[in-house]
Amino acid sequence: MMLCKLSIKNIKKSFKDYAIYFFTLILGISIFYVFNALDSQTVMINVSSSTQDIIELMMTILSSVSVFVSFILGFLIIYASRFLMKRRSKEFGIYLTLGMSKRKISLILFFETLFIGILSLGVGLLLGVLISQVMSLVVANMFEANLTKFAFVFSTSACIKTIIYFSIMYLLVMIFNTYSVSKCKLIDLLNGAKTSEKVKLKNPYLCIFIFIISSIILGKAYHMVTAEFLTLQEVIDIIKPIIMGVVATFLIFWSLSGLILRIVQSLKKYYYKGLNSFTLRQFSSKINTTVFGTTIICLMLFVTICLLSACLTIKNSMNANIKELAPVDAMFETNMNMEKYYDKYRAYGYNDSQIKNSHYTAKEMFELFNFNITSYFKEYIEVNTYATEELTMNNTLGSRLDNIRTNFPFLAYDTMETIMKISDYNKVANFYGINEYSLNDDEYIIIADFKSMVNVRNIALENAEVINLFGHTLKPKYNECQAGFLEMSSNHINSGIILVPDNVIDKEYLYQNYLIGNYKTNDKNEIIKIENNINELDKNSKAKEYLLPSGTTKLAIKEATVGLSAMVTFIGLYLGVIFLISSAAILGLKELSESSDNKERFRMLRKIGTDEKMINKALFRQIAIFFVLPLILALIHSIFGIIFAVKILEVFGTDELLPSIITTAVILVFIYGGYFLITYYSSKNIIKERY
Amino acid sequence: MKTILKVSQIEKYYGSRSSLTKALDNLSFEVEKGEFLCLMGASGSGKTTLLNCISTIDKVTSGHIFVGGLDITKLKGNELNKFRREELGFIFQDFNLLDTLTAYENIALGLSIQNIPYKEINERIKVVSKQLNIENILKKYPYQMSGGEKQRVASARAIISSPKLILADEPTGALDSKSSKMLLERFNYLNKELEATILMVTHDAFTASYANRVIFIKDGKIFKEIYKGDCTRKEFFNQIIDVVTLLGGDLNDAL
Repeated sequence: MMLCKLSIKNIKKSFKDYAIYFFTLILGISIFYVFNALDSQTVMINVSSSTQDIIELMMTILSSVSVFVSFILGFLIIYASRFLMKRRSKEFGIYLTLGMSKRKISLILFFETLFIGILSLGVGLLLGVLISQVMSLVVANMFEANLTKFAFVFSTSACIKTIIYFSIMYLLVMIFNTYSVSKCKLIDLLNGAKTSEKVKLKNPYLCIFIFIISSIILGKAYHMVTAEFLTLQEVIDIIKPIIMGVVATFLIFWSLSGLILRIVQSLKKYYYKGLNSFTLRQFSSKINTTVFGTTIICLMLFVTICLLSACLTIKNSMNANIKELAPVDAMFETNMNMEKYYDKYRAYGYNDSQIKNSHYTAKEMFELFNFNITSYFKEYIEVNTYATEELTMNNTLGSRLDNIRTNFPFLAYDTMETIMKISDYNKVANFYGINEYSLNDDEYIIIADFKSMVNVRNIALENAEVINLFGHTLKPKYNECQAGFLEMSSNHINSGIILVPDNVIDKEYLYQNYLIGNYKTNDKNEIIKIENNINELDKNSKAKEYLLPSGTTKLAIKEATVGLSAMVTFIGLYLGVIFLISSAAILGLKELSESSDNKERFRMLRKIGTDEKMINKALFRQIAIFFVLPLILALIHSIFGIIFAVKILEVFGTDELLPSIITTAVILVFIYGGYFLITYYSSKNIIKERY
Repeated sequence: MKTILKVSQIEKYYGSRSSLTKALDNLSFEVEKGEFLCLMGASGSGKTTLLNCISTIDKVTSGHIFVGGLDITKLKGNELNKFRREELGFIFQDFNLLDTLTAYENIALGLSIQNIPYKEINERIKVVSKQLNIENILKKYPYQMSGGEKQRVASARAIISSPKLILADEPTGALDSKSSKMLLERFNYLNKELEATILMVTHDAFTASYANRVIFIKDGKIFKEIYKGDCTRKEFFNQIIDVVTLLGGDLNDAL
């Protein structure tokens, strides 16, 4: 097996130079395994059924994300093997001149890929299993489960999946390699290293022009996603600034590559100092050919930063929201006077008898189902909401309606407003432990916490729009919406409740009845039992005649939130880390493959007596420029990207933005910075002279 | 005359004890200021090893090399780099110009690594480019130049820091005869008018004939040494050929 031996030797030889490639492969494989093995975590198995659903959903999403991830990693691997091939063109040239057939060279490459594949899969899976154990702590913490005893987890299905996915990738690499070998010409292989590249200088005026134009385009795109955010209604509106941003990014790098050199060259004192001229030329000779790559990396970094900080913000905010928005154990609501809006309810899918039998409060309804509220709840309150077609959002917005309608064409202006007696609301507020309000006889208050709706409503409130309700004319007490909510939820989604004096209300327009209470027990298991009982009521034959009150409980909200936040966090981390290591690895590999070309140049510098310190500094700067340049633009993009994300995520609340940005920065510095340092030290090693 | 370079009983061994190769075998000679010395020898004779030792790219096994009174075999690390960039000028067979830099920038690099301010760099380049007749190609990149032009740019880089000693390793090796002649005439000019001390290594008798003195090296030892004295270049060339014939071996091929 001569070929086999040759392959092993080749791998050994290049192992040091391409440590970064192997490292990335192993990291990619282990991450792939870890995220696909999430469902086999012990904590994940011992959770309630509602959480189980979310975990299932999470795994479905994670496995489709995995397909996407495998595309990225596959691209990375093929990109990397192209580098390696190019680097070794001379070696292949020698094989060919010695009379080795192209088929045999392909075979050598086949063996190499095979060995690298087996090696990386083995080590990667091992590492993945180890990381998985650490991950179980994170998961336990997230689901607030007690990890009383440590259990070793291994997911066979994830393992097999990893092997299959990566085998396919390696197979593609093999096909690609065979194809490129069959295509290559001996003369090119032998001369490959010698042909020195031509240094093309771009027209500086054109560069300045393009730079200005692209900056304007970028500024416009930034403006579109931030200041003009509210006008973005359709998908096309969002795609437009994205395309503008991508094109502008490319053009900025294109023009910068020509401009930086020109600018620094004109600073003669700086340019002709030490190795500055050399470093700059190194930079500009390469960026001419790598504008495209830099653009891709910049965009990937941008996506990573936004993804990570957005996902972490959602997670943090959600957890903070539960405490505030689910202050009591359970809340149920039942529809009253459904005949009034017969058509609407029929359209919702309720049957005739359900609609007819809608004169019972939530408590009465439960008793009909033989479920006695008092035997399970230690305390509870009952309140009503009212609604009338007399008062829709068209009316509350009053004279500002047309103005608002042009800016927000998609709001449901014809929906009836939810109306509450001030005394009822204060009952709820007192029970929840939130702010209570008082009203004069001719006043109303709007309670809302959904930010976009608050903004809309405030326009009308600032204008002191009066409303007419059941023969009364009311004016707003405050010129803006007040904080508060009636329904428990995991997010700030109260889009508006109108509080009016008690004497205004006409009982005819009773709309919904609410029952809000705390259980007698505090034990989680017993609570689960009670809630299961309530869910079971749905199977009662009476459910066809009587509409069972719907509701939500603290526990359900908590579990949904935890599940959702875990899902968001894991997806964010998964994609973010993969993006980050891919882009950093591409940069690192590119630098390293060039370092071997640069070896010759650094040797010349040494011959004319350049200090080692100066050479290292030049190398450091050269690599730093390549790592930092895409990062800078990505950071600028991210500022606006995050502002945009914050607006979209307003529902979740964005008070927790800063800690997530800090976490993102730490991850970025750790991974990207780590790759930078590895690249620098490996390059230093490559250009080192050995006497 | 002041002695610029003194090579004293140097030896250089390669390989292990079992298979020892003596590349330089107890070799000594001196070069005085303003001299144009040529080292000749067949490939494998040790002339490139000798040049590498003098240029501190390689280290001797034993013996001493003095440049301007300084024992360079005792230098270490950055002292070596400092010595190399301040006391020596290099001209290589393959030019060793940086392909990403223009001629001007390549020449400037020799000074900028010594932290010389731009103003002085610019003035010195003006002077040197006139001396080497490369004023009109300063803005060109190496790939836009002919071999002769490249070598003259490399020469400019070598002499711009006014080194004590200029080392030239087969400077005409990659040039055609016309460019060779032009370059060597420039060397003569540098040697005569600027009193530059040049140590050149070659196996080409024509190139060697431009020197004042030729030392022939065989198997790591000095085989013969001849001086040009008052004879013409043509006569000196014939003398060199005579020695080459005597030397035999593959140096004959160089004819």
